Amino acid sequence: MPMTITEKILAAHSGRERVTPGELINARVDLALGNDITAPVAIREFEKIGAPGVFDRERIALVPDHFVPNKDIKSAEQARVLKTFSAKHGLTNYFEVGRMGIEHCLLPEQGLVGPGHLVIGADSHTCTYGALGAFSTGVGSTDLAAAMATGEVWLKVPESIRFVFDGELKPWVGGKDLILHTIGDIGVDGALYQAMEFTGPAIESLSMDGRFTMCNMAVEAGAKSGIIAPDEITRAYVEGRCRRPYQFYYSDPGAKYAKVYHYDVSLIEPQVCFPHLPENSRPVSEAGNVEIDQSVIGSCTNGRIDDLREAAKVLKGRKVHHKVRLIIFPGTQGIYLQALREGLIETFIVAGGAVSTPTCGPCLGGHMGILAEGERAIATTNRNFVGRMGHPESEVYLSGPAVAAASAVMGRIAGPWEVV
Amino acid sequence: MEIKGRVWKFGSDVDTDAIIPARYLTTSDPYELAKHCMEDADPAFPMKVKPGDILVAGKNFGCGSSREHAPIAIKAAGVSCVIAGTFARIFYRNSFNIGLPIFESPQAAEGISEGNEVVVDVDNGTITDLTTGKIYEVSPVPAFMRQIIAAGGLINYVSERMNKK
Repeated sequence: MPMTITEKILAAHSGRERVTPGELINARVDLALGNDITAPVAIREFEKIGAPGVFDRERIALVPDHFVPNKDIKSAEQARVLKTFSAKHGLTNYFEVGRMGIEHCLLPEQGLVGPGHLVIGADSHTCTYGALGAFSTGVGSTDLAAAMATGEVWLKVPESIRFVFDGELKPWVGGKDLILHTIGDIGVDGALYQAMEFTGPAIESLSMDGRFTMCNMAVEAGAKSGIIAPDEITRAYVEGRCRRPYQFYYSDPGAKYAKVYHYDVSLIEPQVCFPHLPENSRPVSEAGNVEIDQSVIGSCTNGRIDDLREAAKVLKGRKVHHKVRLIIFPGTQGIYLQALREGLIETFIVAGGAVSTPTCGPCLGGHMGILAEGERAIATTNRNFVGRMGHPESEVYLSGPAVAAASAVMGRIAGPWEVV
Repeated sequence: MEIKGRVWKFGSDVDTDAIIPARYLTTSDPYELAKHCMEDADPAFPMKVKPGDILVAGKNFGCGSSREHAPIAIKAAGVSCVIAGTFARIFYRNSFNIGLPIFESPQAAEGISEGNEVVVDVDNGTITDLTTGKIYEVSPVPAFMRQIIAAGGLINYVSERMNKK
């Protein structure tokens, strides 16, 4: 019986020849992840299990990234829980401020995730690593606690949906536009409990960074995971970087899919997603006159070097609109340094933007860019729920980096062609 | 086992930011979180909800973040169970893991109105709307997940298994 890439990875991690959708399995995890919001709860639950120790001190990653650098005393206390626990158990993958990054940018960069791996994280955007041909999914704190003790997780084998992207990308269209368009098409529960498998020539032509962006937002369609079959682009990324053995898996011809969707990407324009659900996407050219107060470029969705390059292309030699705050936050210290060396940071500052140390802060309305009542932001982040970036009466519009940069210059939602 | 209570009704796609906004996530204390439960969906909810009340919502309840603080806040607010058309998957597993009873029933989610009294017969998988007399079926729960419930949550389940080894 032919299997999908997702089924093959799950079978390999549960000691079975094969698995079928709907089956409940106990799977071995290659890596378990927690952050400063979810890990304190996981650590509290872990202590209740009474386990002699963690299952493997090299396969747990704790990344304080949401409210760091600590925004207040309570968040400082939470971050300290991670630090103390990591020291007590000798965890090798604890990342302190100054050496850290936004978890889903950081872990692949550090070579902690590779093709064929099974990763769980107490963060919904853990599905990002599917871009490497891994199975990765978000879970809660209690699941993380159990995995830290046992090295295992219970999973229901998901059905897969295949998305085929044909054609050539238009200028200024990237992974973010493809995924916003897709979620707009299928809805915020269009892939509920399922695995989204992205395939086709347009995906094969995407850089790793574009692929990370696409898989990152699979959860916004309700999916358990997003995945892209590994290829030479994947190999070039993981070779010499990935610290543990990895394996390339591919879906068999004739593997079963719950559904197949086809898109001709040459018809997809840069997208903007209106409040208050990630399914409200439309072409930027149809946005109308939407004035903005803030533009945010960064996050686990679009905080990678390709994203910053794209934003800099638009901002080079231009000025941020006098009514707009532009906040740029690179995904990791490594990406920040790379951007500095390439002159991108100078471009941002000369344009009138603020550049922040890596943090999830503004994306979830934590800190470093909160919206006041009635304010409106365009953001390269992943969610535009009510109150997501601050006041419940504020608004978030989602886009890729080029549109967010162009909007910062124009003071309203704008396409990059209006600026460049 | 039966769960009986008065209904608070919500729409579809209630996200975890609406259930517990991130601005309150500098604590994981259940009773602190309960004070802000559902605040961005209905600011008066934390004051109105009474122990034993039941939440009924449309499709995709609990979409968004993985924050376990969401089911924790609902449970600590005294809500006895949540009935929805469908649940977002992380919220679904979190609820089982922490012992918040949840029931999937698109028909019940559609048919039950706010303020109605309902009773859930957990063993037989039925929801009865005592106000209208209508009876709805609950989508069955897989056997493995019934074991988690029987153990009193995932931590007890794992703990029992580890101590047996």
